[in-house]
Amino acid sequence: MTAFGTAAGRPLQGRGGSPGFRFTLYAVLAVVIMYLDQRAHYLEPVRYLLQSAAYPIQLAVNSPPAAWRWLRESFQTREALRTENERLRRQQRDLELLSMRYEALAHENGELRGLREALPPVADRWLPAEIINIQLSGLRQRLLINRGGSNGVFKGQAVLDDHGLIGQTTHVGPWSAEVILITDPEHAVPVRVERTGLRTIAVGGGDGSSLALPYLPANADIRSGDLLVTSGLGGVFPEGYPVARVNEVHRDAVQPLAQVRAGALSRINSDTEVMLVWFRQGHPASPAATVSSTAEVKSGNAAMQPLAAPPRAAPTARAEAAAAANPPAAPAPDKPPAARAAAPKRAEPPPPAPEATAAGAAAQGDSPPPPAEREADQPQVPPR
Amino acid sequence: MMTVAQMRVRIALTALVALILTVLPLPMWLDVLRPAFLVLTVLYWSINTPRAGGIGLGFLCGLLLDVFQGPVLGEHALALSIVAYIAVREHQRIRSKPAFQQSLLVFAALAFYEFVVFAIDGWTGHPVTSPLRWLHCLTGAIVWPPAAAILSYSEGRLA
Repeated sequence: MTAFGTAAGRPLQGRGGSPGFRFTLYAVLAVVIMYLDQRAHYLEPVRYLLQSAAYPIQLAVNSPPAAWRWLRESFQTREALRTENERLRRQQRDLELLSMRYEALAHENGELRGLREALPPVADRWLPAEIINIQLSGLRQRLLINRGGSNGVFKGQAVLDDHGLIGQTTHVGPWSAEVILITDPEHAVPVRVERTGLRTIAVGGGDGSSLALPYLPANADIRSGDLLVTSGLGGVFPEGYPVARVNEVHRDAVQPLAQVRAGALSRINSDTEVMLVWFRQGHPASPAATVSSTAEVKSGNAAMQPLAAPPRAAPTARAEAAAAANPPAAPAPDKPPAARAAAPKRAEPPPPAPEATAAGAAAQGDSPPPPAEREADQPQVPPR
Repeated sequence: MMTVAQMRVRIALTALVALILTVLPLPMWLDVLRPAFLVLTVLYWSINTPRAGGIGLGFLCGLLLDVFQGPVLGEHALALSIVAYIAVREHQRIRSKPAFQQSLLVFAALAFYEFVVFAIDGWTGHPVTSPLRWLHCLTGAIVWPPAAAILSYSEGRLA
């Protein structure tokens, strides 16, 4: 310490100016970086580069746990391997039995929807990714995986495990990607209650395993044990993937909203591998409404309103025919049900903009405000 | 006597070790107790070698933290620059204090750092309001005397 104390008495003005000057310089630089990253997303390429620079360190930190796991696996006893093999074989047999009727069911479903041929599965292809065991930020629910831009991973891609939804990618580097979990308080996923079809939004609870459903009225039909699946809205997750199971419903007489908590189905704490999924474009179950930037979401884009539903079990023959006529176009750019609902109600000759009309219809449509009822009504809107 | 360039290499090495300690995976309850090692390292070098370390070091280390943990690039960079600036300005006064008082000052610096990060978190729309986020200031202050001893040892032995 003392060896460098010699410079203590001298003033610090050397190369690079006084501390105050340098501080101002760096502070301004930091603020500019923050602005560019936050507001304009100009720094995506820079982040991409920085992520690649950070990757070796992340791998190095990950290596002791990975080595330990490898060692443990390679010294597993014959007995343990045999039991695991047995269990997997049984599981595979069960799964095969379950999926035996899949082809027939898919065909039948296609017929019921009035399609000429069965729909292909919505998941186009998937890629397993390993979790890099590294602390991102303690109080946020993030994780790092070892696939990135060089594998075709993109920002906002759905991540699953074999039990349910895990989250979506937020920052993508060349060989790694950061995933925000559905349990992060900053994350919200549009869901549907499997039993009733009620749609709502599940927000992360922040404790690693729970989600909250903060937007349900106190009289909503929801009870403990209900399964929540993705509703296909929001543009990231396709319809029908399991998300969470409701484990606590609390109704307070003085509160207008029910307090509902659900436990995530994915087992993120015991997983070592997750799945990145690419979805088929134009599939009815594929994510609705491609909204390019989050800014549009914040300002209330009509495309994000729950009106653009994928065609579910259509109650009338006419609605069925409509679904058959344009199967992939349910969430398409011209929000037809919304526009039509708006036209007779407010007889303005030229609607100012399709977005505004649809938003107005969503706000003051003739169906009651809770999205669930509106959803139920939606297929019955006459096509012409 | 060591040149500034040699000093910089040494500082970079300690910063790397601190970064690895920062991102080492730990269980949740231990993680909230984990001191901000990189901030402590920047503080140490800013106080003891303000010519080689200092504001630039704070900025770079902050940027590293942003890449690893930050929701917005530049967030930790700004907070660490501010903390390093204060440390450089007051380095003579801080250096002459006994260990316990130094720990108190470090606690204040860590709390200020965390406050800046907290504020930017809120402004940029990524708030973490859990009170647990302030816990590391306390453990950081407790860890400061041994950490400073280790860092000064590395400085002395390698010289």
